Amino acid sequence: MRFMVMVKSDANTESGGPPNEADLTAMGRYNEELVKAGVLLAGEGLHPSAKGARVKFTDGKATVIDGPFTEAKELVAGFWLIEVKSKAEAIEWVKRVPCTDGVETDIEIRQVFEADDFGEVYTDELRDRDEQLRATAAKRD
Amino acid sequence: MPTLETHRAIDAVWRIEAARLIAGLTRMVHDVGLAEELAQDALVAALEQWPESGVPDNPGAWLMAIAKRRAIDQFRRRETLERKVVEIGRDLETQEGPSAEPDFDAIDSNISDDLLRLVFISCHPVLSTEARVALTLRLLGGLSTDEIARAFLIPESTIAQRIVRAKKTLSQKKIPFEVPSAGELGERLASVLEVVYLVFNEGYSATGGEDWMRPALCEDAMRLGRILAELVPTEPEAHGLIALMEIQASRARARTGSGGEPVLLFDQDRARWDQLLIRRGLAALDRAARLEQPMGPYVLQASIAACHARARKPEETDWPRIAALYARLVQLVPSPVIELNRAVALSMVFGPEAGLEIVDELTQEPSLKNYHLLPSVRGDLLAKLGRDKEARVEFERAASLTRNERERTLLLERAATL
Amino acid sequence: MRFMVIRKADEETEAGVLPGPELFDAMMRYNEELVKAGVLVAGEGLMSSDRGAIVRFSGAGGPTIIDGPFTEAKELVAGFSMFQVDSLAEAIEWVRKWPVEDGHGNAEIEIRQVHEEADFGDVSEENRKYVRNVRDLIDGK
Repeated sequence: MRFMVMVKSDANTESGGPPNEADLTAMGRYNEELVKAGVLLAGEGLHPSAKGARVKFTDGKATVIDGPFTEAKELVAGFWLIEVKSKAEAIEWVKRVPCTDGVETDIEIRQVFEADDFGEVYTDELRDRDEQLRATAAKRD
Repeated sequence: MPTLETHRAIDAVWRIEAARLIAGLTRMVHDVGLAEELAQDALVAALEQWPESGVPDNPGAWLMAIAKRRAIDQFRRRETLERKVVEIGRDLETQEGPSAEPDFDAIDSNISDDLLRLVFISCHPVLSTEARVALTLRLLGGLSTDEIARAFLIPESTIAQRIVRAKKTLSQKKIPFEVPSAGELGERLASVLEVVYLVFNEGYSATGGEDWMRPALCEDAMRLGRILAELVPTEPEAHGLIALMEIQASRARARTGSGGEPVLLFDQDRARWDQLLIRRGLAALDRAARLEQPMGPYVLQASIAACHARARKPEETDWPRIAALYARLVQLVPSPVIELNRAVALSMVFGPEAGLEIVDELTQEPSLKNYHLLPSVRGDLLAKLGRDKEARVEFERAASLTRNERERTLLLERAATL
Repeated sequence: MRFMVIRKADEETEAGVLPGPELFDAMMRYNEELVKAGVLVAGEGLMSSDRGAIVRFSGAGGPTIIDGPFTEAKELVAGFSMFQVDSLAEAIEWVRKWPVEDGHGNAEIEIRQVHEEADFGDVSEENRKYVRNVRDLIDGK
């Protein structure tokens, strides 16, 4: 099972200042543990939202809004994509994240859709659609 | 914390910590079977205590401390028993146990070294392949006997027996807990890679639906493969294996049609291929290449898979490269099936006659007598050359040999068009 | 440069409504374009937050686990992609082509730049080996 693990932003991460060496080292060791355990698929740090943008579609029309975006708690500062046996295992791994800066940090864990999850639904949808098409065609004849 | 949640957390901790725990204990008590028992004892203690106390901050250390204490207790009891035996002056036959004194006070060696030793002992060639698979999944994968049984569609008792006998064999033959010497490493590593790839294929070849436990085997295998690549980073074949598995797994979402039927590689919607897995696989191959050693079988197979992965459309497939890779692979692994694949690649480069030349020779091959893909490929090449009557015979023959209903239908349909 | 492209959640995604055939097809075709152009590095859909959890680090004591669902849909991520392009402007252009079927024409997409070079400044020799780009760590560089 895959899980997206997102570190939520705060004033520190949004400020874009360089992290201190102790934090970096601790995080580096943690990342290494994830790799050695064979569970890490991907992991990235994100630049503050000042370097980003949003594209908002309203009734199909796109508007572009430049960053920064004010609500830090809403934003993602970094993420890991992990492949583990269960949500409980994802939680155990996240409990080990070295969160040393004393600031309250939220790390959100979300399950990723896998092949089968879409496959079954798509089949049902298609079947329904086919049924409808057949019913419509039958009526026409 | 509610008990169900704690149990899930304990399962998760076990998945994370089991291999290291057992590896460290094996180094201390010199016996894999005993090490696993001690680890299980620690797990039981966790199941008893953590619902009350909560999951400790360092669960691995907690489990190790309990296991060590049990080991010390056991050893002291044995010592006491032996002393009593001497006192009474009787010559009792003591149970065959670890001959050397457990190494409790040794400085904690590099846990990666212990893990690697555990990998090699679990995959020791003295064990049958089935035993190696079961033992590896149990000790290194952290799977329960029940999970292994369900994944392989075999009764739990069979798996349990396999594991018990495997541990006994290792103990009786006094298989050392060590990393093989440089001279043996290549061969011993090959047996480890074989086990991991076997698990992967068990999951990969399963279709969806009722086989829901089996795709998880691919994940188990890839996880083991990734761990292995980190344990032996200077071994290109370890990177070759994980590259092969990740590239194959990248096609998971494209391999099944809406009705559950298998979709062949060249008919797959490549937009559904998992780009992340492809990139990871290609990066692993790069890592193997940087080691600048001659390409081994897994690196070669992964390189072939990479050729397909890089092609955005079937027409863009680098067939010359694939043909060359198969040529090298068949030299290392002289398998008629690989030669058949080479024939297909060659036909894509030089035309059907070039492939047919090889396939015609392969019809003499006894091991391919009942292999349906041989007549299937031959039929395809003959059809491309306009030799329709002969092609039809081949497709009908292939249809009679395959055990897959859907494939039989497809082959008969092809025969009918000729 | 790489950008994380975040499809923000809405009431439907949080209600666990799966893409219907039209949206599914449109997303597939969009992905196909991205792949053909060599832009798509990764892409995943996330299950609704009721299947997720938050691990909250508060400095004092161990982390606490909060089960989903989480209330503010617009704060959440419903899916993400990773694009490899030459600039933020190029990323924005690709996002403008996002299937309008998504969110019934009312989807919001956030674009965030990914840390490429580890701009970590001066790090001691002994810690240098831990302070590495996660990607390099995964690639064994």
